[in-house]
Amino acid sequence: MATKALTLYETTIGKKAVMAVSGVVLLGFTVGHLAGNLKAYAGPTEYNEYAQWLRTVPALLWGTRLALLFAVAAHIYSAFSLWRRNKQARPTRYHKKADLATDYAAKTMYLSGPILLFYILFHLVHLTFGGQIFGEGLIFGLEGYTWEVSNPYNNLVRGFQHWPVVIPYVLGVLALGVHLFHGIWSMFQSLGANHPKYNHLRRDVAIGLAALLTIGNLSFPIAVMAGYLEPTALRFNFPELG
Amino acid sequence: MELKSNEPTGPIDKRWTEHKANSKLVAPHNRRKHTVIVVGSGLAGGAAAATLGELGYRVKCFCFQDSPRRAHSIAAQGGINAAKNYQNDGDSIYRLFYDTVKGGDFRARESNVYRLAELSVEIIDQAVAQGVPFAREYGGLLANRSFGGAQVSRTFYARGQTGQQLLLGAYAGLARQIDAGTVKMYPRTEMLDLIVHEGRARGIVTRNLISGKLEAHVADVVVLATGGYGNVFYLSTNAKGSNATATWRAHRKGALFANPCYTQIHPTCIPRSGEAQSKLTLMSESLRNDGRVWVPRKKEDCDKDPKTIPEKDRYYYLEERYPAFGNLVPRDVASRNAMYVCEDDGLGVGPKVGDEPRRAVYLDFADAISRLGKDVVIERYGNLFEMYERITGDDPVETPMRIYPATHYTMGGLWVDYNLESTIPGLFVGGEANFSDHGANRLGASALMQGLADGYFVLPFTIGNYLGTVRQVSPLEDDDAICRDAIRDVKARIEKLMNAPSPKHGPDHFHRLLGNIIWRYCGMSRSRDGLKEALRQIPVLREQFYQELKITPTKDEGINQTLERAGRLEDFFELGELMCIDALEREESCGGHFRVEHQVDGEAKRDDENFQHAAAWAWTGDTAAPKLHKEALSFEYVKPTMRSYK
Amino acid sequence: MKTKNLKLHVWRQNGPTDTGRFEDHVAENVSEHMSFLEMLDELNERLIADGKDPVAFDHDCREGICGMCSMVINGHAHGPHERTTTCQIHMRHLFDEGWDEVWVEPWRASAFPIQKDLVVERQALDEIIHAGGYISIRTGSARDANEAPIPKPIADRAFDAATCIGCGACVAACPNASASLFTAAKIAHLGLLPQGQAERMSRAKRMVAKMDELGFGGCTNHGECEKACPKGISIDFIAQMNRDLLKAVITDRDVPSGHGDGE
Repeated sequence: MATKALTLYETTIGKKAVMAVSGVVLLGFTVGHLAGNLKAYAGPTEYNEYAQWLRTVPALLWGTRLALLFAVAAHIYSAFSLWRRNKQARPTRYHKKADLATDYAAKTMYLSGPILLFYILFHLVHLTFGGQIFGEGLIFGLEGYTWEVSNPYNNLVRGFQHWPVVIPYVLGVLALGVHLFHGIWSMFQSLGANHPKYNHLRRDVAIGLAALLTIGNLSFPIAVMAGYLEPTALRFNFPELG
Repeated sequence: MELKSNEPTGPIDKRWTEHKANSKLVAPHNRRKHTVIVVGSGLAGGAAAATLGELGYRVKCFCFQDSPRRAHSIAAQGGINAAKNYQNDGDSIYRLFYDTVKGGDFRARESNVYRLAELSVEIIDQAVAQGVPFAREYGGLLANRSFGGAQVSRTFYARGQTGQQLLLGAYAGLARQIDAGTVKMYPRTEMLDLIVHEGRARGIVTRNLISGKLEAHVADVVVLATGGYGNVFYLSTNAKGSNATATWRAHRKGALFANPCYTQIHPTCIPRSGEAQSKLTLMSESLRNDGRVWVPRKKEDCDKDPKTIPEKDRYYYLEERYPAFGNLVPRDVASRNAMYVCEDDGLGVGPKVGDEPRRAVYLDFADAISRLGKDVVIERYGNLFEMYERITGDDPVETPMRIYPATHYTMGGLWVDYNLESTIPGLFVGGEANFSDHGANRLGASALMQGLADGYFVLPFTIGNYLGTVRQVSPLEDDDAICRDAIRDVKARIEKLMNAPSPKHGPDHFHRLLGNIIWRYCGMSRSRDGLKEALRQIPVLREQFYQELKITPTKDEGINQTLERAGRLEDFFELGELMCIDALEREESCGGHFRVEHQVDGEAKRDDENFQHAAAWAWTGDTAAPKLHKEALSFEYVKPTMRSYK
Repeated sequence: MKTKNLKLHVWRQNGPTDTGRFEDHVAENVSEHMSFLEMLDELNERLIADGKDPVAFDHDCREGICGMCSMVINGHAHGPHERTTTCQIHMRHLFDEGWDEVWVEPWRASAFPIQKDLVVERQALDEIIHAGGYISIRTGSARDANEAPIPKPIADRAFDAATCIGCGACVAACPNASASLFTAAKIAHLGLLPQGQAERMSRAKRMVAKMDELGFGGCTNHGECEKACPKGISIDFIAQMNRDLLKAVITDRDVPSGHGDGE
């Protein structure tokens, strides 16, 4: 088995397959993540109880985190190794080159990818490890924005009341949408999910999913800015969230 | 010299089988001791190299293109005949044989033609097994169509790319042998001379077209499968690189050249659009199955939009003149009639080129579209329509195509016996390069058949017989004196071309002029006076060529495409001259050779009493006239009849 | 008949190691009915007459089927008209684009070394075919052609893949100089047909391994190849190749020695 996996990864197709599979893992997470966050619309209690529930099974939590970390690493490493190889395949560039099929998303994968990476780091610093990093001080030095250990709902909502949080978030989500639009279609292609009868659906699925995730994630800052979601005055006690 | 056909006797349907049974074989362990050179990688060469490699011979295969997959067999569109009788319409090997002999106007060797018809069946099996995607019916079985006027549907096809698919099949076979190490491929390598040692063909001199390096390659057998000489006309449907240098150089070394005047002019090509025209594009003759050929009845309609010309003012000249066959008359008849209506009657259509008469006639699909529907017509001819539109900017669904004849295939070639061996022992010739199977005219969809029959089934076997008989050829190395001398001769020839005394023009200039002479005097219609005029003009032009040829780059190292063209043209001059000599000598009209002196009511008039032979010419030196040898032809099975398509 | 003067910038390079440069020319009074290569022919005749080196370029059949011609014209592999090889590009197609100035470049890929000017070496494509792009059948050993019916849709689809002319435009147009479409077309052509099943897995493995070994880039699913392909071969075949390869690597046993069996 080991040799086989090695042989596969050695081919460019294998590398793309690794990107596709890791991409599916990350996509799955993104969908789940959005679904969970949509609980914000159900109210602070539901949202915070959900957040608390996520932390109750450490094996699940760390399993997921490890899987995600591994997927991100594999995704980036494969992308980088393909990128390097592809550069070598055409050392002299064309003086003129027309793009006839390449859309904006495909063309900017090597841009939207790194943007996403930086955004994810920012996002982790902000909402995952905010408590550890900022302690009782102001988060990102923003006026009146401090960490509430047992109230992720407020951490979320109050963040979006500040432009310095909203702007990177919106950019990150847009990069995610663009990246996914090419990425999802590309995943079908790389894994050979292909049947003449259904091939036309692949673009539709890519557009649909990318749009859904973009709109869903963008709804939070909009809802907060519009005053639909407001910080809650309720007090919670979820020590696990520390 | 007596030309021995070496054909077996006895009942014609047993000849090939018995010939095989009575021939010598080479044992498997001995085959790898023999080297076979195959020049050309088209259907005949590619198939022969692949099969010989598979049998275990050491094969060296050469082509001037960058890959064997580019040989011009790839451009054949229409289809390949085979006597499978899958359509249950009364076809048989005998009928295909009969049609081919008759189509060749009784100027082919019966035994060869019968073998060809016999092998046609195996070719289809072989091709399908290789993965050639022939057209199929909804039931999953192979589809057939009637082609070029045949009264049975025996043509297998792959959209309009039959040649491509068959060549890629042979190429795949070749690739398999290259992979297995039995065939070594030499792409971008051109044969410039034949090495004959102790009376046997033993090798070739080549020029590497990238480095310019001249090399000798020796072998036990040399196979030439280098195609035809249609480019002597400059404008033809051949690929730009197609040339006759290999066969012509072999001819100069002693191989007889047979029937050079038999050239086929294909009726359905896209007409010239201007003076810079570099080649003509053929469209499959299958178009005539559903298209109707016409010109305006009135000269003043010739530059009008064809759709505005009412039915009564359209002259469907083939349907009117040949009611039984109509638009499906044989190629030569269709071609000649197009010439008559354009050049004699002045009814040609399309743009004028220079001050020449308009040279084009309409091929109209309007009736077929209303009868069968647009979809069916596009299914049948879609890619031909696309090709036409790309070149002319017109859509044949909307407006009739314009077509005109162009040189397409040459039936003449190196003389070979039943074993496809030339008059130089050990030199075998296959495909269009030999003269063997088509007589004076080739039927549609028979070129692919012959190339593959020669390559897959005949040559591998007859070469075995030759080697089994000779057993041991005398040792010869690439650097023996004879090889060094051969290289030196080629080098001298190149130097002569590169150092003309008063260089003025590149080779294309002279090639166009030569083409004009041949097209005018030795094209669709030939006359005694015209041919004599051609024979007066060609040597003058050739002398001018040697005086004024200009070649840049001025080095013979590295890529020098001008030099390549000049060398090929040098040989076309001599070959063109021989074509005219042969055409002048053949005082009759037959097949692709039409002499105005020999006709009855505009129909070709054969002279079986005096010309029922293959005319094989021997080279006798640069300044001497070629010497004619005749191989008498006898027809035991298909009795010569006068052709009538009225 | 329309005519035009055209400003040309043609890539000139003496050999694989030369750096190369653009050379400027003007093609005067070019007719719309002329082919692009005929325009270059005329330029070359003028260069020869002037004692200069003509532009070296590959071409042969000039009817769009041999796959020998290969130029990037203003950034378009094979020029601006879809499903068309360079040799079938006519000046009218350039006029339609409104071009007065044209940059002519060779295929650019490290697997296609430039031999001179616009001539590149595409032997790498042959080598991919040598690595299994065939069905192993001995001459004369085939069964009757009609013995195995093939459903028309499958035969047609195999044909779509089989129309590849091996010109390398897919490599030239690909942002990564990948030969995926070329390789996929052959794997799909043979893999779709019942005759090709026996070697389907080993074929996919060997051909892909060879493609990678020769220094082509990897596919990133941009689809430029499909647009540039003069035969319009679909990138759906690349998906099929990917699936075959993944399946082969996961399920197929040992990498075969991979040879035919010529004794």
